[in-house]
Amino acid sequence: MKLNFLDFEQPIAELEAKIEELRFVDSDNAINLSDEISRIEAKSRKLTESIFASLTSWQISQLARHPQRPQMPQYVERIFTDFEELHGDRCFGDDAAVIGGTARLEGRPVMLIGTVKGVDTKEKVRRNFGMPRPEGYRKALRLMQMAERFRLPIFTFIDTPGAYPGVGAEERGQSEAIARNLFAMSTLQTPIICTVIGEGGSGGALAIGVGDRVLMLQYSTYSVISPEGCASILWKSAAKAPEAAEIMAITSERLKGFGLIDEIIPEPLGGAHRDVDAMAREIKRALLASLGELKNTPTEKLLSMRYERLMHFGTYQESANKTTTLMM
Amino acid sequence: MSWFEKLLPSKIRTEGNGPKKTVPEGLWTKCESCASVLFRTELERNLDVCPKCNHHMRIGARQRLDHFLDAEPRTEIGAELAPVDALKFRDSKRYKDRLTQAHKDTGENDALIVVRGKLKGMPLVACAFEFRFMGGSMGAVVGERFVRAVNHCLEQRIPLVCFSASGGARMQEGLFSLMQMAKTSAALARLSERGIPFISVLTDPTMGGVSASLAMLGDVNVAEPKALIGFAGPRVIEQTVREVLPEGFQRAEFLMEHGTIDMIVNRHDMRDRIARLLAMLTHQS
Repeated sequence: MKLNFLDFEQPIAELEAKIEELRFVDSDNAINLSDEISRIEAKSRKLTESIFASLTSWQISQLARHPQRPQMPQYVERIFTDFEELHGDRCFGDDAAVIGGTARLEGRPVMLIGTVKGVDTKEKVRRNFGMPRPEGYRKALRLMQMAERFRLPIFTFIDTPGAYPGVGAEERGQSEAIARNLFAMSTLQTPIICTVIGEGGSGGALAIGVGDRVLMLQYSTYSVISPEGCASILWKSAAKAPEAAEIMAITSERLKGFGLIDEIIPEPLGGAHRDVDAMAREIKRALLASLGELKNTPTEKLLSMRYERLMHFGTYQESANKTTTLMM
Repeated sequence: MSWFEKLLPSKIRTEGNGPKKTVPEGLWTKCESCASVLFRTELERNLDVCPKCNHHMRIGARQRLDHFLDAEPRTEIGAELAPVDALKFRDSKRYKDRLTQAHKDTGENDALIVVRGKLKGMPLVACAFEFRFMGGSMGAVVGERFVRAVNHCLEQRIPLVCFSASGGARMQEGLFSLMQMAKTSAALARLSERGIPFISVLTDPTMGGVSASLAMLGDVNVAEPKALIGFAGPRVIEQTVREVLPEGFQRAEFLMEHGTIDMIVNRHDMRDRIARLLAMLTHQS
């Protein structure tokens, strides 16, 4: 597959194009160019390393939404076996923006749930660009409750711009569907491990993001509103998105620093899309490690730890006087 | 912009920065709905409901709780909590300055007020969002105060009532604010497990992160007439679907029709109806 380069990767793209050219010449020519090729390859790697060593939040946000960013199905086929997709919310329909079903992880049965954006245009439209409607969240809830019944640990994979803002979605109770998931996931009697693999867009991401462990791929993002949305509210201009990305703290590194996520899963050089197999191996390692820590925890302890974790989110000042009598 | 406006020199253009539609503080108020001119004191006596057309105007959190609760006793919970600027957030203004300004405008230090009191003699905890404080947005202090309200209800085994009025999560607190949705919902799950009633009253407007968490999780969801309630704002939806939204979209009556809320209650009847409901849910006469 031909790689797609972002703006800030242009110097790398130029080198890669040169390598491509030389390879072409090399293949139908007597002159041996392999030394030259490996020299430029090394240069390209070095350049990539230096560019990726200091990415801005906005550049990471572009990587998280990269057109070739691997999506949940690509990881599922590499990490799990026997995936059996289960459809529908039993109330209204089947939302293709959310997929879920049973699978095995190293032989152990588990439940998988995730949001999927789609790869080509046709699939993107079918999956509504990864923006779930209430029936998507209700399908997720149904599968999570089923996992609880059959004692299957739950793995969720988050990659969504957010819940779909549409007329039908509102009519069918988008708010209630999200709220219900937050409510139910906090007491679900089975381990829940959530991984943000691309874009973690607001409430639509959180609705499958409440768990015992929250992991993020290195170049994924998780935010309360998209940088464009934030910019258009605060600066009245979506063009200020790069600034908004910076101040909102949406990258894995900053969020880990605040203790809002548990672990960063490192990505291959140049991002997950450069080497999906390597990325999948890293994710598998992280998921197995997290599950290993949780699987022998007694349910009661698991739930109280999950609760405490949620209660600790947020910083505030607290002054000495405990209660005040009220003056209206 | 129309062609005519483009002809005007920029100094004369009024686009976007016309006089702000604010009603001056004074003796008289104009009803936004029927345009009747109303005597301020009389309007206040009528709980800020237009006596001509029953339009429910937005009211402040303390005023709201004052109407709702018995006069005595009242104890505030979580007043000792104050917001901090964890992200050092700065857009055109610093978050810190916005907080100071909001404090100046409202006298509050964050957007949720929690009070333990009585409703017709029944002890309970009531909380209300102050919409004038940064659009009633939910940050860490709002989340923590709400959780303390729930904890108090758990300890005392008394019901919880929340009046929401909020634009959603507070952007200036980044992901911390998103996590308040999970935090408040988890606390409500505990309340529900213990069989303690939670009545959520959705008032104008209840949107975004507050609507998609605590406000929709009432054992009974109540709304005030014509309150705007939804997940995505109407402007965002309009831009996404590129059509004009139907009249009454996302209003309380619309939500009732679609099965999201249990009842629409006039502000005047709120005390009676909620007291009656809570008495039944807690097996009191």
